[in-house]
Amino acid sequence: MNKKIVVLLLLIVAVAAGIFFYMKKEDEKVAEEKVVTPTKEMVFNRGNGAEPGSLDPQISEGVPSSHIIRDTFEGLTAEFTDGSIIPGQAESWTISEDGTTFTFKIRSNAVWSNGDPVTAHDFVYAWQRAVDPATGSEYSFLLYPLQNAQAIANGEEKDLAQLGVKALDDKTLEVQLEGPAPYFLGMITHSVAYPVHKATVEAHGEAWTRPENIVSNGAFNVTEWTPQSRIVAVKSDTYWDKDSVKLDKVVYYPTESTTTELKRYRAGELDWTYEVPNDQINWIKENMADEFHVSNYLGTYYYGFNMTKPPFNDPKLRKAFTMAIDRDILTTNIVTAGEVPAYAFVVPGVTAYDAVYADFNGMTQAEREAEALKLYEEAGYSKDKPLEMELRYNTNDNHKKIAIAVSSMWKKVFGAKVNLVNEEWKVYLETRKQKEVTQAFRAGWIGDYNDPNTFLELWLSDSGLNDTGFNNPEFDSLLKQASLEQDAAKRKELLMKAEGIFLEANAVAPIYHYVTKRMVKPYVKGWQSNVMDHIRSQYITVEK
Amino acid sequence: MFSFILKRLAGAIPTLFIIVTLAFFLIRTAPGGPFDKERTIPPEVEANLNAVYHLDKPLYEQYAHYLVNVLQGDFGPSFQYRDFSVTDLIGSGFPVSLTLGLTAIFFAITIGMSLGAIAALRQNSLIDYAVMATAMTGITIPNFVMAPLLTLVFGVYLGMLPVGGWGDGMSQAILPVVALALPQIAYIARLTRGSMIEVLRSNFVRTARAKGLPERVMLTRHAMKAAMLPVVSYLGPASAAIITGSVVVEQIFGIPGIGRYFVQGALNRDYTLVMGVVIFYGTLIILFNLIVDIVYGMLDPKVRMG
Repeated sequence: MNKKIVVLLLLIVAVAAGIFFYMKKEDEKVAEEKVVTPTKEMVFNRGNGAEPGSLDPQISEGVPSSHIIRDTFEGLTAEFTDGSIIPGQAESWTISEDGTTFTFKIRSNAVWSNGDPVTAHDFVYAWQRAVDPATGSEYSFLLYPLQNAQAIANGEEKDLAQLGVKALDDKTLEVQLEGPAPYFLGMITHSVAYPVHKATVEAHGEAWTRPENIVSNGAFNVTEWTPQSRIVAVKSDTYWDKDSVKLDKVVYYPTESTTTELKRYRAGELDWTYEVPNDQINWIKENMADEFHVSNYLGTYYYGFNMTKPPFNDPKLRKAFTMAIDRDILTTNIVTAGEVPAYAFVVPGVTAYDAVYADFNGMTQAEREAEALKLYEEAGYSKDKPLEMELRYNTNDNHKKIAIAVSSMWKKVFGAKVNLVNEEWKVYLETRKQKEVTQAFRAGWIGDYNDPNTFLELWLSDSGLNDTGFNNPEFDSLLKQASLEQDAAKRKELLMKAEGIFLEANAVAPIYHYVTKRMVKPYVKGWQSNVMDHIRSQYITVEK
Repeated sequence: MFSFILKRLAGAIPTLFIIVTLAFFLIRTAPGGPFDKERTIPPEVEANLNAVYHLDKPLYEQYAHYLVNVLQGDFGPSFQYRDFSVTDLIGSGFPVSLTLGLTAIFFAITIGMSLGAIAALRQNSLIDYAVMATAMTGITIPNFVMAPLLTLVFGVYLGMLPVGGWGDGMSQAILPVVALALPQIAYIARLTRGSMIEVLRSNFVRTARAKGLPERVMLTRHAMKAAMLPVVSYLGPASAAIITGSVVVEQIFGIPGIGRYFVQGALNRDYTLVMGVVIFYGTLIILFNLIVDIVYGMLDPKVRMG
């Protein structure tokens, strides 16, 4: 018996020793690495939100992966630090007079990380792959302006070669659009339009993006990917503009919890955060204001109304509830980073557009509330016969605070009985989509590209994103006309008119326009805020 | 003993089957699906995605398909982390979770038992009270409170230890291991103290002392062995507690273990990932309990295996 105990204890000691030496070895390995690499190496430690779903340009979705893919791949066009469109893999392009044919000239020195030249065929392959139903790309719809793209994606057209993109020769790419899309050059800065290396994708299947397999054409190459821990990308020596890239290495840290991320930043482990926790913004403003960066973002936080069912099928009631929200209170007391009170759905400041506002924009809040009460009573309710309703949001502290504040405003102005219902994210999306029990709900929208179209197309009657049930033939036809309009000024007018119609219906109550908020160490230079929040590491320097 | 182990392993198969079946259908009853996002994808794209992952088939067919694949060791692709299969993800997370968990258990046992024994030997002394007070505090503070506190003090204020990450050296493991082990240390210390006090009063200890056995030999040879029994039977629940604790601790410290996949998988409706982790955890806990039973049999002659 004693022997057995001795054996057991020895076993425990052996396991512990094993672990100890394993970790010590890791320590030494790290130490060795530190000796080998010169200390002058310029490394950028970038907090990067959730673990990226995929690093495959056509498959990936979500902001965290897009930050990495923008650094490691490059499309025909790219963006400068301010977000303006500049040539990327294409050195130049021409646009036909009717605005539907784009011809791109690809750089002669555009090369893949394995040394192969980047050709027009790589783009044809990637774009066909994006719309091919078998790929299951979540962003294929961005390529719908291309001829036959939608038909291929929904299976009506089986021949991928019918897609409106052709390689005229190795370095010349011709793109045929269904109609003029002035946002096209900006849209193809999205990863779904990046080229991929055909031989690599075909050889490795879903595992082609692993560090040991990946072939990319951007400023950095992924060399390490430990899920939930970090992704390392080192400067590419084949990138056409490598001389302007100063960083040696970017390390992306997935940090699901913003609180953890802030701690790691304060402990000096991160140079840049993905976000900041909302409940600590006031503390940050008091203690670390210099490192706190806030800038306008192309997104709108709003409440939607289910127009297909009582009570919010009544336009007067919708208008009353939209007007009664005091947005200034919300943006000064609840979301305090510098969010902008919203009276429009399309974010003011989007390119090629002049902001359109709801008609009550010019009133004072007291006037709005008086007018709102009148509408509420016209809709058949009163203080004695109050409306009882539900406001739904997905479980989240920030949404909860806003919902409590808004419901108390509605209570104060109308005496309405507002029940708050919170649901877990996926449950909430489902009930919202069904439009059965949902009455009023929270939502947010971030533009996919810098153009009013990405905000307005949500509200087309056949849009899958239209959870309010807004259905207006005139709105639909204005958007259709705008998509065919070649004259920029006329197009702008059509879109503005469409937004006017949409705002008048009060299908949604815009609440605030988003801002990006992050911590950046003072020694991180070479970057600039932009409305898309596309911050490419290739311009950044770390001057410690 | 060999037949005992075999029998127990055979008994685990129906248990696992029930776990798999329940988990498979339970997660499907949750509203929403893996591809529901705020940015709803066009219906034709969603149909394509469902087809790619066989989600367009009837549920019983998917279930049969899944069972067949699992029997072949294939846990399927992850819906959320589309560049990885579930086997890849568990394979990369498991060594990390294992290192974390075993280290925590090791410290919990050694430190917990030593503290408990010392407290028992110096019963009602200042040391005893100090150990027991600390243990009580350790048990009552949950690790989702303890972990942020530790990072704030040792990482942010004192700057002594890293507050997150993994794989850059041993120092990164210290805080998570402490956070994970503390409640277990506390619990084991209390258990050991209690049973030690009882053992010290028992007849065989009195006999051993009467025989003139040196105190040290009496303690290590006789008393400790008997006092270990409740601790050993607690190891099963302790390992389960450490597994569930690691779900929280991994999240807070940004550690790439499998605990995080469990939570994220459920939130993302990443069916295959959740199933994979459930099966994995189920197997692990069944194995742990088996080991505990074996060790118990080795320590206590009254327990017979057969």
